[in-house]
Amino acid sequence: MAVLLEVEGLTVDIATARGTLHAVRDVSFSLQSGETLCLVGESGCGKSMTALALMGLLPRAAQRSARRMRFEGNDLAALPERRLAELRGARMAMVFQEPMTALNPAYTIGDQLTEVHRRHKDSTMAVARERAVALLEMVGITNAAARLGQYPHQLSGGLRQRIMIAMSLMCGPSLLIADEPTTALDVTIQAQILRLLVELQRDLGIAIVLITHDLGVVARVAHRVAVMYAGEIVESASAADLFAAPRHPYTRGLMASIPVPGATRPGDRLGVIRGIVPSLIGDVGGCAFRDRCDFAQPVCARTVPVRSDGGHDWRCILGEAVAA
Amino acid sequence: MLIYALKRLGLAVLVAVVVSALAFLLLRASGDVAIALAGEGARSEDIENIRRIYGLDRPLVVQYLDWAAKMARGDFGTSLFFKTDVHALVLDKLPTTALLALFSLIFALAVSLPLGILAALYPNSWIDRLCLALAVIGQALPSFFFALILMIVFAVMLRWLPVSGSDSWAHFVLPTVVLGYYIAPAIMRLVRAGMIEVLASDYVRTARAKGLSSSSVVLKHALRNALVPVVALAAVQLGFLLGGSVVIETVFALDGLGYLAYQSITHKDLPVTQAIVTLLSLIYVGLTLAADLANAWLDPRIRVGSGT
Ligand SMILES: Nc1ncnc2c1ncn2[C@@H]1O[C@H](COP(=O)(O)OP(=O)(O)OP(=O)(O)O)[C@@H](O)[C@H]1O
Ligand code: SF4
Ligand SMILES: [Mg+2]
Repeated sequence: MAVLLEVEGLTVDIATARGTLHAVRDVSFSLQSGETLCLVGESGCGKSMTALALMGLLPRAAQRSARRMRFEGNDLAALPERRLAELRGARMAMVFQEPMTALNPAYTIGDQLTEVHRRHKDSTMAVARERAVALLEMVGITNAAARLGQYPHQLSGGLRQRIMIAMSLMCGPSLLIADEPTTALDVTIQAQILRLLVELQRDLGIAIVLITHDLGVVARVAHRVAVMYAGEIVESASAADLFAAPRHPYTRGLMASIPVPGATRPGDRLGVIRGIVPSLIGDVGGCAFRDRCDFAQPVCARTVPVRSDGGHDWRCILGEAVAA
Repeated sequence: MLIYALKRLGLAVLVAVVVSALAFLLLRASGDVAIALAGEGARSEDIENIRRIYGLDRPLVVQYLDWAAKMARGDFGTSLFFKTDVHALVLDKLPTTALLALFSLIFALAVSLPLGILAALYPNSWIDRLCLALAVIGQALPSFFFALILMIVFAVMLRWLPVSGSDSWAHFVLPTVVLGYYIAPAIMRLVRAGMIEVLASDYVRTARAKGLSSSSVVLKHALRNALVPVVALAAVQLGFLLGGSVVIETVFALDGLGYLAYQSITHKDLPVTQAIVTLLSLIYVGLTLAADLANAWLDPRIRVGSGT
C-alpha cells in the first residue's frame, strides 16, 4: 500500500482573549491508502482542529504550522488557497458532526449534491444528477430521484447524514475525514451509519480518518488508532495492538471507562479518569496528563520522550515493563 | 406555496380594512369636519346644513362604509383648497414620489449590500471601520442639512445638477442620494450582522469543504440566507421613504405626494390628506405582502412543509 497522507509536526494555535491556545501540539501521523485511522480522545483534545487543519478549514483565529503535510504528492502546508480548494471535495472530503445544520436550508438536496460534481468534474447537469442518484442509492436512500427535489428540513437527521456522506463521495475522493459523524444521531441510526462507512471503505478502497470519542466505535472500524490528549498524540498503534496492550496510562484509563456488554450492568459506575483536562492556554511543558496520572513522577514535568515498539508509539516515561 | 400566498393575501386584505378604518377615524377625530368645511366665520346654521348635506350626522360606521365604497370606486371627493378632483390630484403626484422612493431604495441597496458584505468578510478591517463611520454620519446628520450641503456643492458651486424642481431626471439625483443615504446604514448593519452569523454557520463550512469558489460560498450559500431579514427591512424602509419624503420634496421643490401632503395639512384640506394617508397605508400593506412572498421564495422552510 502507498502512503496517502503524511503529517509531521502539525501545530494549531488559536488566539483567544486570555492568550494563545495550543489546540494541536506537534502532531504526526501517516495514513496508507484504503486505511481507516481513528482519532480518539476526550472532548476538547484537538481532534476537530487536526481535521480542519488538514482540510484548510480552520477558523480565522487559528494559526497552522507543520514541518510536513503531504497528501497525494501535494504539500498541503504550502498550497495556496485556490489550489487547496481544487483538492477539497474532489480528492479529500469531510463529513461533519451535525447533520441538522451542515446542509444549506435554502437549496435542494439535488442542487447541493450536483454542485460539487459540476465544480470539480466540469460535468453537465444531467451527468451530475445521474451520479447523485447513484450515490444516494449507494448510501442506502430509497426513492433517490425524488429526494433530489427535497429540502434539508424535510429529512431526518439520519437521512441528512447519509446525504452528507453521499455528497462527500460525489467526486470519488481518496480520503474521507469524518468528524464524529454519528454523535448527533440516535443509537440505532449510529450503528447504521457506521456500518455504511465500513462498507464504503471496503467497496471503494477509500482511506478514512474517523474522529470519535467512543472506543467501542474504534474497536469496530479502525485499522490504526491515534489517541489524543490535550492537543498531542499520546499513543498510536494498530487497533489490534492498542486493544491488546495499551501502553499509555491515559489510554488505559479510557479503556477502563468502556462499558463491557454482559459484564457491565446498567447503573454501574464506569472507571472514570479522575481530574480535569489542563488548560491549553500558555505553555504546557512536560506530560500534560501528569495531574491525573497514578504513575506520575517528578521527571514527568520535563520533556517526555516518545517510546517505540514496532509500529506502536507512546509518549510516556514508562517503558513497556512498568506500564504493563 | 399557493396556500401560503393565499393566507398572506387574506391577512393583507384584513390589515388593509383595519388600516383604512383607522385612517378614517384618526382624521375624523382630529377636528370637526363640518366646521372645517364651512370655513371661518360660518354661522352655526350653515354648519348644521353642511353636516346634513355631507351626511356627517349619520353613524360613524355608515359614514366609513360609504367613504370606503367611494374610495374603492376611485371617488376621493373634491379638494377643498385646490378645488379639483382629489383622485386626479393624487394620481398626478404619485409617480414622482414613487420614483423617488424606488430610486432611493435602489441607491441604498447598491451602497449597503456590497459594503455590508465586505464589512462582514473583513470584520474590524479598514473597510469595516469606514462602513461604521458612514453609518454613524448618516444617522447623525439631519437630512435637510445634508440636502443643503449637496445642493451648495453640486448645484451651486460645481453646477453639475439643478438646484430644485422636478422637470428632468437630473432633478432626482440629489434627493435620491439624500434619502438613500438616510436609510442605507440600517440595511448595511443588518447585512453585516446577518452575513457574519451565516458565514460562521455549519453549511458555509460545508460549502468550503466542497472546494467551491469563494464567490459561490459568499454569494450563493451565505448571502441568500442572510437576505431574509433584509427583505423585510427594505419593504419597511420603502414605505418609510414614500411617507417620509415630505421634508426632502419640500427642500428640493420636488412636486410629489410628500409636498402635496404638506400643503393639504397646512390648508386643512381633509379629503386630500385622507386620500394620501389611505393610499400610503395600502401601499405599505402591499409592500409587506411582497416582502413575505419574497422571503418565502428565499427560504424554503417557509414555503415547503416538512412532510417527507
Ligand atoms: N473557534 C475557537 N476559538 C477558540 N478556541 C477554540 C475554537 N474552536 C476550538 N477551540 C478550542 O480548541 C481546543 C480543541 O478543540 P477541538 O474542537 O479540536 O476539540 P475536539 O477534540 O474536536 O472536541 P469534541 O470532541 O468536543 O469535538 C479546545 O480546547 C477548544 O476549546
Ligand atoms: S509521562 Fe508520567 S505523568 Fe505522563 S502518563 Fe507517563 S507516567 Fe503518567
Ligand atoms: Mg470535535
